[in-house]
Amino acid sequence: MVNHTIRAFDADLESLDRHISEMGGIAEKMLADAMDALASMNTELAQRVIATDPRLDLMQREIEEYCVRTIARRQPMAVDLREIVGVIRISADLERIGDLAKNIAKRAARIANEARLPRAIVGLKSMRDLAAVQLNDVLDAFAQRDPERARAVWERDVELDALEDSVFRDLLTFMMEDPRNITFCTHLLFVSKNLERVGDHTTNIAETVVYIVTGDPLPIDRPRGSDSPTL
Amino acid sequence: MTDAVSQSSPSRLAHSGAAMQGKLAEKMAIRNLDFFYGDNRALKAVTVPLYTNQVTAFIGPSGCGKSTLLRVLNRMYSLYPQQRAAGEVLLDGKNILDPDQDVNALRARVGMVFQKPTPFPMSIYENIAFGIRLYEKLGKAEMDERVEKALRGAAIWGEVKDKLNASGLSLSGGQQQRLCIARTVAIQPEVILFDEPCSALDPISTAKVEELIDELRSEYTIAIVTHNMQQAVRVSQFTAFMYLGELVEYGETDKIFTAPAERRTQDYITGRFG
Repeated sequence: MVNHTIRAFDADLESLDRHISEMGGIAEKMLADAMDALASMNTELAQRVIATDPRLDLMQREIEEYCVRTIARRQPMAVDLREIVGVIRISADLERIGDLAKNIAKRAARIANEARLPRAIVGLKSMRDLAAVQLNDVLDAFAQRDPERARAVWERDVELDALEDSVFRDLLTFMMEDPRNITFCTHLLFVSKNLERVGDHTTNIAETVVYIVTGDPLPIDRPRGSDSPTL
Repeated sequence: MTDAVSQSSPSRLAHSGAAMQGKLAEKMAIRNLDFFYGDNRALKAVTVPLYTNQVTAFIGPSGCGKSTLLRVLNRMYSLYPQQRAAGEVLLDGKNILDPDQDVNALRARVGMVFQKPTPFPMSIYENIAFGIRLYEKLGKAEMDERVEKALRGAAIWGEVKDKLNASGLSLSGGQQQRLCIARTVAIQPEVILFDEPCSALDPISTAKVEELIDELRSEYTIAIVTHNMQQAVRVSQFTAFMYLGELVEYGETDKIFTAPAERRTQDYITGRFG
């Protein structure tokens, strides 16, 4: 895109871009680490994830302040205005993804000493893999301002919902098989819900990317794959 | 519940261009308008409506033709022999470019406020009464009433009611501009043209004039040329972006400033014009 007559405005927007990709990188890492900590009973790793979260919170606040200052200074219009509003929204979604990763890490630390059922985690790993791909894709879509790619992410969330549904059924089966599994599996139910929520925030970001680039919002109703109620 | 909300809210909030424009009446219709300063073609086949009781803003870089367009709407250009217009400008369906158009009668229906306040070197009262006398014979009491009404209509009555005999030139720049608006309103036009009415005013006077424009909209059809994009967003319902004598994009103001369809519009309003 052609540069602004006021160069410093370009620098402002580029700086916001960099901050978002940095936040995105941290959120991705937190999510991956939290799930590793869960799978490998690594309490120390879980604690590291928990300790990272305040940094993401702080970054979000800084981005928000930067955006407010930029609006006051430059009175952005059209694509610039959409961009800045979009960055505010994306940073909030990434901050929430960080919170969800932190929740998973907390749970990983708590169940590290519970009786374990390795096969119960298999479904969650699939959910994690898909959630990670989705998050990575949507961050790329933002970096490249690619509405098609964002839309693909938005449409694929239905698969994550479906996976959550099947994990729910699996965990229920394990609990019915042996009541001693109940504590462990209940914790995992929450983890699966957290991963599903990560997917929702990822689709929010996809919607924002489409809005930034095209100026048109995606439909309010997106495809849904799971009928299980929100926990 | 959720479904009801998701189905109803877009229709309530969205004022899609076609739907909104469909309900509005065209007070003026500029059709295929060309304008020439001698051999220089300053407007190229411009077609744009002015809807009744709506404010239409014209934006674009210097020299794009927006002030020229405004000057055609009340035949201001007819004062200059080298200048001519071709095409149609319909006012309530009648082409005002026709040679048989009475130019004085036209200017009573289509008033204009200029960039720099231009009060006459006479009293505040006479500044208003002078214009009215050109078109109507009124008694003293009636005239007093009309002057007061005009000054009230331009939101300046409170500031000048105790010094109506003071010179119009004694007022501040912002007050002078509102005096000129009062003078325009006094002859009860149907359309008011504003040519950068706030470019010489401080922010507070600007805010007062902008508020006034919004109030005047209920009675008049308004066109405004402005270099201040935020002003266009604040005061207008429709915006036309012009560049090099052409109309590049026209649409609802909300749409133009959040998601314009044309690349050139976007570059201009975001400050990317080279």
